[in-house]
Amino acid sequence: MSAVTTLATAESAVSVAGDAHQVRRRRRLSPGKRWPAARLAGPLLVVVLWTAASAAGALDPGAIPAPWTVAETAGRLWSDGTLATDVVTSLRRAATGFSIGLGAGVLLALAAGLSRVGDALIDGTVQLNRAVPTLGLIPLFILWLGIGETFKIAIIAIVVYIPMYLNTHAALSGIDSRYVELAEVQGLSRLRFIRRVVIPGSLPGFFVGLRLGVTGSWLGLVVLEQINATSGLGYMMFQAQNYGQTDVILVGLLIYGVFGLVSDSVVRLIERRVLSWRRTLSS
Amino acid sequence: MATHTEQLTRPAVRLHGLTRSFKGRTVLDGIDLELPAGQFTALLGHSGSGKSTLLRAVAGLDHGVEGDGRLSAPERVSVVFQDSRLLPWSRVLDNVLLGAEGKEAAGRGRAALAEVGLAGRERAWPGELSGGEAQRAALARALVREPQLLLADEPFGALDALTRIRMHGLLRELWKRHRPTVLLVTHDVDEAIVLADRVLVLENGRIGLDLTIDRPHPRSYREPKLGEYRERLLAALGVTEDH
Repeated sequence: MSAVTTLATAESAVSVAGDAHQVRRRRRLSPGKRWPAARLAGPLLVVVLWTAASAAGALDPGAIPAPWTVAETAGRLWSDGTLATDVVTSLRRAATGFSIGLGAGVLLALAAGLSRVGDALIDGTVQLNRAVPTLGLIPLFILWLGIGETFKIAIIAIVVYIPMYLNTHAALSGIDSRYVELAEVQGLSRLRFIRRVVIPGSLPGFFVGLRLGVTGSWLGLVVLEQINATSGLGYMMFQAQNYGQTDVILVGLLIYGVFGLVSDSVVRLIERRVLSWRRTLSS
Repeated sequence: MATHTEQLTRPAVRLHGLTRSFKGRTVLDGIDLELPAGQFTALLGHSGSGKSTLLRAVAGLDHGVEGDGRLSAPERVSVVFQDSRLLPWSRVLDNVLLGAEGKEAAGRGRAALAEVGLAGRERAWPGELSGGEAQRAALARALVREPQLLLADEPFGALDALTRIRMHGLLRELWKRHRPTVLLVTHDVDEAIVLADRVLVLENGRIGLDLTIDRPHPRSYREPKLGEYRERLLAALGVTEDH
């Protein structure tokens, strides 16, 4: 639209100026205006392809059941109440572990970023913890905490706190020292300094950590719920594997996917609100 | 001259034998200096002459720098930097109120913004301001604390020539109204002459020249009398002007 009008004005300018050459708008290097709900396009395309392939009979219904079969199964599981229980159990586990990991990650990042003692004690320890695959800790945690809810929540908390810590800490230590100097000049107390400079300055990293943590908590859940659980989405899928019910497994996977996408979108929405002062490539 | 002003007003800033060195290189070499309360002083020097080191010492910002000497300065000190140094995540009014506490602070912040010609921009983000506007907001932030001493480290260095001239007028006007002691660090001889009542030249870590500029304000850059001052200052800086 606008390119056309520019060309038109440029042409009229040419006729006036004689041998002046046409002005073209420069090629835009940023991706341009945001499309509404654009992030749903990819997943929708997958569903469309899946439906088409099933309808054409190109997929083995035993391996990948048709979308309508999966929907039917989901409806049946929902109406007999087992799906609701499993979803609620999974959500509670994810939410509890996530909250603990979130709090721990942020507090550790603040402590490590704001004091030399904290830095000496915390940073190396977390890096070490990061190098150990968290799911490899499962046997040890079962021995320590028993096989109940506690160990599952503890594992999820660890999966979440590591990206929370790493990204918040990176953003925090990247805060421009000129702002620290400014805070000193303005006579800010330590608490006010944290509130006015440290926290807002580390928010961009905090949100990156939050998005990684949200998806990480779902990821950990699938594995955890296949270990001696009696309810939850992972348990439901594990049971279905024993009976060869691929449609039930797909219901579980889809719910995980939807939850992951929704929670990520929520975080992004909050991020865009909170960081509205930033004018970046994607806005 | 110095004794004369001391009789009139108590010095706001007093430096005695101030030394500062970085990795064995002496930057300030035993500086003795008094700034009378309410005086507008400019500090000139080559880049690397230690102007900023002196200013940072007076501001109490030189953590971990080796040094000696006695230094007294007022309690309420504001600093204006070369960059506006507005927090990008706080709106303009919140930036101005950084470090100012109390309920009436917001009112004073608005008043300060109005004084620098930024009324109505309280809710803007710093990223939406032009360079000159951002520096005016930084001035408002300095004013809100009602400083007894205003330290400015090349505050107009990053501005374009037209904006700089307007900012000179604004700074001088604000000084006239609030009468803080001002120490303006600059490398611009003309800026020093037009704005300040006393110009110091820092050379080899010492005050090489202490010049009182006894001309009425507002001063024009083209005033012939100022040419004499300019020549003396340039000579002290080791620059010869070829016409």
